[in-house]
Amino acid sequence: MANKIRVATTSLAGCFGCHMSFLDIDERMLQLVEVVEFDRSPLTDIEHCTNCDIGLIEGGVCNSENVHVLREFRKNCKILVAVGACAINGGLPALRNHIPLEECLNESYIDGIGVENPKIPSDIELPLLLDQVHPIHEVVKIDYYLPGCPPSADVFWKFLTDLIEGREPSLPYELVHYD
Amino acid sequence: MRQFIQGIAENSHYQATHLLHILRQIQSHYHYIPEAAIEQLSGLLNIPRTQIISVVEFYSFFHLAPRGQYELLISDSITDHMLGKKDMLDYLTKTLGVAVGELRDDGLVSLDNTSCTGMCDQGPAGLVNGYALTRLDRSSIDKIAELINQQKPLNEWPIELFQVDDNIYKSGLLLNQQIEQGAALRSTFKRGIKETLKEIDNSGLRGRGGAGFKTAIKWQFCSEEQQTERYVVCNADEGEPGTFKDRVLLNSYADQVLEGMAVCATIIGAKQGFLYLRGEYLHLHDKLQSVLDRRRQNGLLGSNILGSGLDFDIEICLGAGAYICGEESALIESLEGKAGIPRNRPPYPVTQGYLGKPTVVNNVETFLAAASIAINGGDWFANIGTEKSKGTKILSISGDCARPGTYEYPFGVTVQTILNGCGAVDVQGIQVGGPSGVFISNQEFDRKLAFEDLATGGSFIIFNSSRNILDAVHNFTHFFAHESCGFCTPCRVGTSLLKKQIDKIVEGHGSAGDVVALEELCQLVKSYSHCGLGQTAANPILTTLERYPDLYQSRLKEISFEPGFDLDGALETARRMANRYDTGAHLSQTESEHE
Repeated sequence: MANKIRVATTSLAGCFGCHMSFLDIDERMLQLVEVVEFDRSPLTDIEHCTNCDIGLIEGGVCNSENVHVLREFRKNCKILVAVGACAINGGLPALRNHIPLEECLNESYIDGIGVENPKIPSDIELPLLLDQVHPIHEVVKIDYYLPGCPPSADVFWKFLTDLIEGREPSLPYELVHYD
Repeated sequence: MRQFIQGIAENSHYQATHLLHILRQIQSHYHYIPEAAIEQLSGLLNIPRTQIISVVEFYSFFHLAPRGQYELLISDSITDHMLGKKDMLDYLTKTLGVAVGELRDDGLVSLDNTSCTGMCDQGPAGLVNGYALTRLDRSSIDKIAELINQQKPLNEWPIELFQVDDNIYKSGLLLNQQIEQGAALRSTFKRGIKETLKEIDNSGLRGRGGAGFKTAIKWQFCSEEQQTERYVVCNADEGEPGTFKDRVLLNSYADQVLEGMAVCATIIGAKQGFLYLRGEYLHLHDKLQSVLDRRRQNGLLGSNILGSGLDFDIEICLGAGAYICGEESALIESLEGKAGIPRNRPPYPVTQGYLGKPTVVNNVETFLAAASIAINGGDWFANIGTEKSKGTKILSISGDCARPGTYEYPFGVTVQTILNGCGAVDVQGIQVGGPSGVFISNQEFDRKLAFEDLATGGSFIIFNSSRNILDAVHNFTHFFAHESCGFCTPCRVGTSLLKKQIDKIVEGHGSAGDVVALEELCQLVKSYSHCGLGQTAANPILTTLERYPDLYQSRLKEISFEPGFDLDGALETARRMANRYDTGAHLSQTESEHE
């Protein structure tokens, strides 16, 4: 069906937990695919985005590849959404921001306990690490934010159905309070 | 060390409320607060060591790591910048061989920035071991460097380095004539306490710190409390950048201010008063102390004041570098020896203030005015000013004008009159009431200083047309981020986000959505912050954005978005460590360049 709304998703410096939570919409997925078609996503294995309506980004930006992927999404998605704590704030991966990158790499590849054949990996295929992990809105323009670690399935459902039905998305208090 | 700490704790009667005073002595002796001192104090004062550490970390003038035997702090007020602060700081780092924020290897000198030291009419200014330095220039810096390298004690430094002038250029009702010592108290006793409160009520006097609460009502509320142990506090934590009139009043009108406090004590029935003096005004401390001593000898303080049977005394408490302590409930926390975190209000200090007892906190100028009103009566004061703003206002005028200094004008005076009076020409705009106030443009010079129109605590910073207004906004926004007490998230995080966002725009990385995002953030910080600091922290941005939207837009790039940090630079460490020189090891700053 040509008129389906096209959605792309990806995980940058994230744990795929947000994607798992998305899948927790369970049988509502069947309702969703009636009106939605997935483009680039771990769910489809499509490698690159084409023109999409909605891009969902999990995880923050920790390396050069994340930057390229994020830019590809920004270029191709009309609406780009930061999904979950890591995309919004850097989250768990950003805990390394307090430690100089040089120390992190030395600990992992040179001086750490049990390291054999110590050397810093170097290959043009390998993305280089940024000195700090950044939330995605510091690298591209972001249109919406879905808070949570992970955002619950109902958050995904409410947000996507709002957008699909042409409403300004809004999350009721019950969906975004956590204690 | 044990003996030294034991000694100062004993002098403070092992009272935890004196923690700031104790820490000030330790800092000044060791140039930092040693861990061992904290351990020992914790035992002596019977408070947890973490509580002491939280206080040390809260105040800018206490340090857990050693500072120099000579600790130099340079005032970072916009007015200091306008007087060439940056050049002076650069010259200092070169001459002394120490970077900003660092301690020189020999431990002799450390250098850093500090928030406005209240010398805006005689900057660039600074502090050396807490004592005010004024009018820094290359020759005085050469001199200072020489004195430090010779390890000359401060009391042997030439006195002109520490010269602080009043610069009173216009006197009015209050500054024209100092009251005779004891006259306000005598009038109060003669007229009667209730009647004197009535006169203060009739005068229409409102708090001079900026908020403008009616003084007589505050005093009356306090006097009606059940609790009979009550306190008077004079708020001399004059931290609003661009304000320095309280320094002048405490230097030349101290008797009258202290007498105003005594009149208040008489009315509310307080036996103890505190003068909370900002740490930056350490140079006034000994002088004020001697005024207090003299007043005690003259029977104006202490027991049985002027034979009335009333007892009242005043203690000076020094702050330690925290703007937030100008907020009255934070000031009270600080008086109690704690970090200056604003309390929930209500209950207001008049019901639960110092040690939970009813307390009146007023500005220096309010007490000064109250003393005059006690003598001259309410009408004398109320005949001047406007309907809702009676009397005069003492202003601190700085920035681009021929005669920066202290001025007294009747309320209702127009901005243009003030500009004419201080010799300001080619004016682009004015920051009225300090960073937490409002920035007005040159289209608004017919506006009036009064609570009905432009309310102010006294700060009046003038910018001529050669100035870049965004420099001021940038400076003020950094100031608030530095001074946020950290208690509530909207302010703690919000002021830092404001700082980052304004940096991004000022440095030319801003793009289409960034000004909108900035404005949204401003509204959030303003609406959700716990106290006045956060509620006004966005004012420099909001009031200039309203008047000069083009100024912001002109800084924006014509692309949809650009990161606020150097993307390729962020790869440098990894690139170096992995020995990568291929094109894939680089990132362009924006997508449009070549992706």
